[in-house]
Amino acid sequence: MSQENLQAVVSQVRRDIVRMVHAVNSGHPGGSLGCVEYLVSLYFKHMNHNAADFKMDGVGEDVFFLSNGHISPVMYSVLARAGYFEVSELATFRKLNTRLQGHPTTHEGLEGIRIASGSLGQGLSVALGAAAAKKLNGDDSIVFTLHGDGELQEGQIWEAAMYASAKKVDNLIAAVDVNEKQIDGSTDDVLAMGSLRAKFEAFGWDVIDVAQGNDLDAIDTAITEAKGKLGNGKPVCLLLRTEMGNGVDFMMGTHKWHGVAPNDEQLASALAQNEETLGDY
Amino acid sequence: MKKYTDSGSKDTRSGFGAGLEELGKTNENVVALCADLTGSLKMNAFADQNPDRFYQVGIAEANMMGIAAGLTIGGKIPFTGTFANFSTGRVYDQIRQSIAYSGKNVKICASHAGLTLGEDGATHQILEDIGLMKMLPHMVVINPCDYNQTKAATIAIAEYDGPVYLRFGRPKVANFTPADAKFEIGKGDVLTEGTDVTIIATGHLVWEALQAAEALEAAGVSAEVINMATIKPLDEKAILASVAKTGCVVTAEEHNRFGGLGESVAQTLVTNHPVPQEFVAVNDSFGESGTPAQLMEKYGLNAEAIVAAAQKVIARK
Repeated sequence: MSQENLQAVVSQVRRDIVRMVHAVNSGHPGGSLGCVEYLVSLYFKHMNHNAADFKMDGVGEDVFFLSNGHISPVMYSVLARAGYFEVSELATFRKLNTRLQGHPTTHEGLEGIRIASGSLGQGLSVALGAAAAKKLNGDDSIVFTLHGDGELQEGQIWEAAMYASAKKVDNLIAAVDVNEKQIDGSTDDVLAMGSLRAKFEAFGWDVIDVAQGNDLDAIDTAITEAKGKLGNGKPVCLLLRTEMGNGVDFMMGTHKWHGVAPNDEQLASALAQNEETLGDY
Repeated sequence: MKKYTDSGSKDTRSGFGAGLEELGKTNENVVALCADLTGSLKMNAFADQNPDRFYQVGIAEANMMGIAAGLTIGGKIPFTGTFANFSTGRVYDQIRQSIAYSGKNVKICASHAGLTLGEDGATHQILEDIGLMKMLPHMVVINPCDYNQTKAATIAIAEYDGPVYLRFGRPKVANFTPADAKFEIGKGDVLTEGTDVTIIATGHLVWEALQAAEALEAAGVSAEVINMATIKPLDEKAILASVAKTGCVVTAEEHNRFGGLGESVAQTLVTNHPVPQEFVAVNDSFGESGTPAQLMEKYGLNAEAIVAAAQKVIARK
């Protein structure tokens, strides 16, 4: 898909996110908006996957794990827009009996979801297992993950990071959404983590720093570069320097929209900033 | 009363190791993970014979549970191995979210459960693991009684599609069940038939229950002993059929009385056929250092304790 067409998907996904969260007055728009470009780039350009015929084992396909499950709105929108399920189902987000739970789950049989996430820090380990299974199966496809930067405060992430390099897991691209914000404030204020690049490099990873983490061209270049590094005995980390709330001006530059829904007026403003390109659900 | 003999004491963890070794030869999808306790878990044979299917994860149990969950996504059947304490309490949230809630086909295999771990003391003697695991929706919980049954259970759970907690122990104990018996998940085995009291035991306490039944017989009391290796799903039919004859129950387990087998049995009884019940279990306490036999005596988890509980519950009928 061309970069222009990807940008059109991005605009629609942003609309989906704010509409979903607004409709139930709950959910996490800030982090969701910050990761739209990365997920759109993965699902509409870089991943080899079969949305029309979802199979849990993902054999022969690239698979993606969302470790920071609270940004489920962007995950659900991208999956629906990519064809995993009907976009009309986005209207059920967070409502009773929905498959689109507040945090993603396999429990409801939602196509495109292979693990529950929400309790932070677990997705990288799961990805290591999926990557190991691919090697056993002689399957040379790729395992992708996405993590929040605040999530890196969980110890299990570093258990997994250590394992990945020690065991030469080189069919894995782990991305970190470095928006430098978490619920209680900036990551530096809450629990400063120092240089993430230095940390991942010290843990034996190849690190690609993406200064423009909301720029489709920069993401495209970075993913292409990351793919080129695979198969060389090292896991690859993408540090996506993103803007929380990207694409909705009043949500940008603050942590305050981590888990807050817009009101009617704010929704109208957010939608006015993002063109309806593919038809609202 | 049917009598059982010890064919030669063995540790249940070695039964697990033998079962896993056999699975390595018969099921190519079985993989194993261990957190730096390969020898203690008796996983060496599998590891040596299947180096590509064995994952040494180091002292990082949370990561191990996540990797196991991920391996299922590629169609593998992972068996994780570490001590019971580190298989449950330490990684409860990882099991809850990445395995149980996600419905992953992981076999959580836990050795050194309970007091019989011995001298290492309470930090390692988990007495709460059955409760932790049985509370997770759809988790199967199995605590086999001897080497042969542990081996059979290990082989059986590979055929079952879903998360399983398999609990076993460190010490050598009587090996008395048949070597060729197939393990059936969710089925209690009536070992001795009786009419005065039902003794429902799990794990290491099953042999003690048989010893208790012999002592009771000598005292003129007819005890029915049920080996309840599967705690969840519980064989309610076997329990209710037995209490219909005996009218009272003693449960026996190497676990806290809160959250264990006894509690599950009590729930079955009060909702179906209320009868008196006594609990042979640890009474809301941590363990301590000592030899397994000393600890089982001090905490009231042996044949003598079961006899006393049987006499007490019969008097309550």
